[in-house]
Amino acid sequence: MTGLALFAHQFRYDQKVFWRNPASVFFTVAFPTILLLIFATVFGGQTVDVRGGIDTTAYYVPAIITLSVISATMQSLAMSLVIAREDGRLKRGRGTPMPAWVFISGRVGNSGVVALLMLALIAAIGRVFYGVAIPWERLPQIVFILLIGAASFCCLGIALTAAIPSQDAAAPIVNALLLPLYFLSGVFIPDDQLPSGVIHFADAFPIRHFFEAFFAIYDPGNAGATIEWGNLAVVAAWGIVGLFLAIRYFRWTPRGG
Amino acid sequence: MPDPVISIRGLRKSYGDFEAVRGIDLEVRAGEVFAFLGPNGAGKTTTVEILEGYRKRSGGEVSVLGEDPEHADRAWREQIGIVLQSCRLDPYLTVRESLELYAGYYSAPRSVAETIELVGLAGKADARTGGLSGGQQRRLDVGMALVGDPELLFLDEPTTGFDPSARRQAWETIAGLRDLGKTVFLTTHYMDEAQRLADRVTILARGQIVAAGTPDDLGDRESLPTTISYRLDGEQLSVETTTPVADLHELTGRAVAQGLELEGLEVTRPSLEDVYLSLTGEGSTE
Repeated sequence: MTGLALFAHQFRYDQKVFWRNPASVFFTVAFPTILLLIFATVFGGQTVDVRGGIDTTAYYVPAIITLSVISATMQSLAMSLVIAREDGRLKRGRGTPMPAWVFISGRVGNSGVVALLMLALIAAIGRVFYGVAIPWERLPQIVFILLIGAASFCCLGIALTAAIPSQDAAAPIVNALLLPLYFLSGVFIPDDQLPSGVIHFADAFPIRHFFEAFFAIYDPGNAGATIEWGNLAVVAAWGIVGLFLAIRYFRWTPRGG
Repeated sequence: MPDPVISIRGLRKSYGDFEAVRGIDLEVRAGEVFAFLGPNGAGKTTTVEILEGYRKRSGGEVSVLGEDPEHADRAWREQIGIVLQSCRLDPYLTVRESLELYAGYYSAPRSVAETIELVGLAGKADARTGGLSGGQQRRLDVGMALVGDPELLFLDEPTTGFDPSARRQAWETIAGLRDLGKTVFLTTHYMDEAQRLADRVTILARGQIVAAGTPDDLGDRESLPTTISYRLDGEQLSVETTTPVADLHELTGRAVAQGLELEGLEVTRPSLEDVYLSLTGEGSTE
């Protein structure tokens, strides 16, 4: 088979496994959707004092899309790869003629597709239930930023597996990293409620920059929005560091037992 | 004679100061079922993982299907099938899907339907693997190693931890591989498994080969001492002897002369299990 056919083959089975696994569907699809509904219900109708004043729902739609992308990529990959590694499936796969890149690209492709689906889902919920306009005219830029973010957070997720010693440790480690950063980066708590020190701290990490870049392009009130290359560059730089760490430290064989 | 499928000369492997494999020589010929028998920690898995290309050796020469596994390429991987000692299959795929996934990795795979038949899972083809019994999962595991239609199969302790019926099922599947003309390299710590399945057995203990042969002539069983045991005045006595006929004659002669009955009198030749235990210096296999 050609490389593309091998990738398509692997991707097809990775999709089946993803959608049949209740944990992966809950954390990447249901959880962000529920968060959006809760935030919009609790804080709806208020104004967030950023970008000259914006409705909370218009704030939370891009915020939750940001979270969904990170969830579909970094979180989902780190968890599923550690589980497969400790089960011996990665090692078993390495014993076949399948090249390593096919295996990894199948998983990354799966994450990318789920991230795009979540963009569509959250944008649609925002539009239908809360009247948050979808900036269709900037769709190419929106997808471009999303894919740069997805690729970067995929690299970080694969790199993170090297720091996770066991299946049981996967969820605590991933959540201990991501949950505080969602709060501190303005994903859960709007920017105007956060002390500037917190935002400076969050600026050291990629989540804040990805959110900023995505929010700027998605903000329906920001008619002349262009891509915030500075923020995007920080995200991509983190991704490149993740890529090198992943190449250096990723392992196919179980660490336990 | 054709070239051996596997050839090992002076194989060594150290982890730090610990020498797990201390100079092994062996050959495996095409079409045979070769058992590598030894207790836990003898170095079996280390050796088989060197042969599979998972580990680098510290010394010696290794050739598998004419290539050094350390520098193996995709074409080489097309020719081998691997069943790891422990591997949990993807619980969200069915039996058929698991085999289709692996078949897609090979350029000339065996038919999936035929493979399902071969490992006896026809009734379970559309069941998720998460719902299979341990024995069924292991047979699927063997099927996934077979679906690429390899020349050589590695099975690392394929029945460890199985109940007797699951072991029997797995044995039937493995015995069937011989009929396909595959070469099988099997590691096990069960003497009866090696005896039942293998054409040739090599026993490994503490990183060295201690015996090699067919299951019947292994370990020079004929020359090992025979045990004569009996009870006298309620006390259990036993004697090990290399001249059982003479010793038995003397013992029974004295007993008859003194009018004693030797209760529970037994003469036992060493079993293969005994040979194995004495060779590996193990008190028990498990």
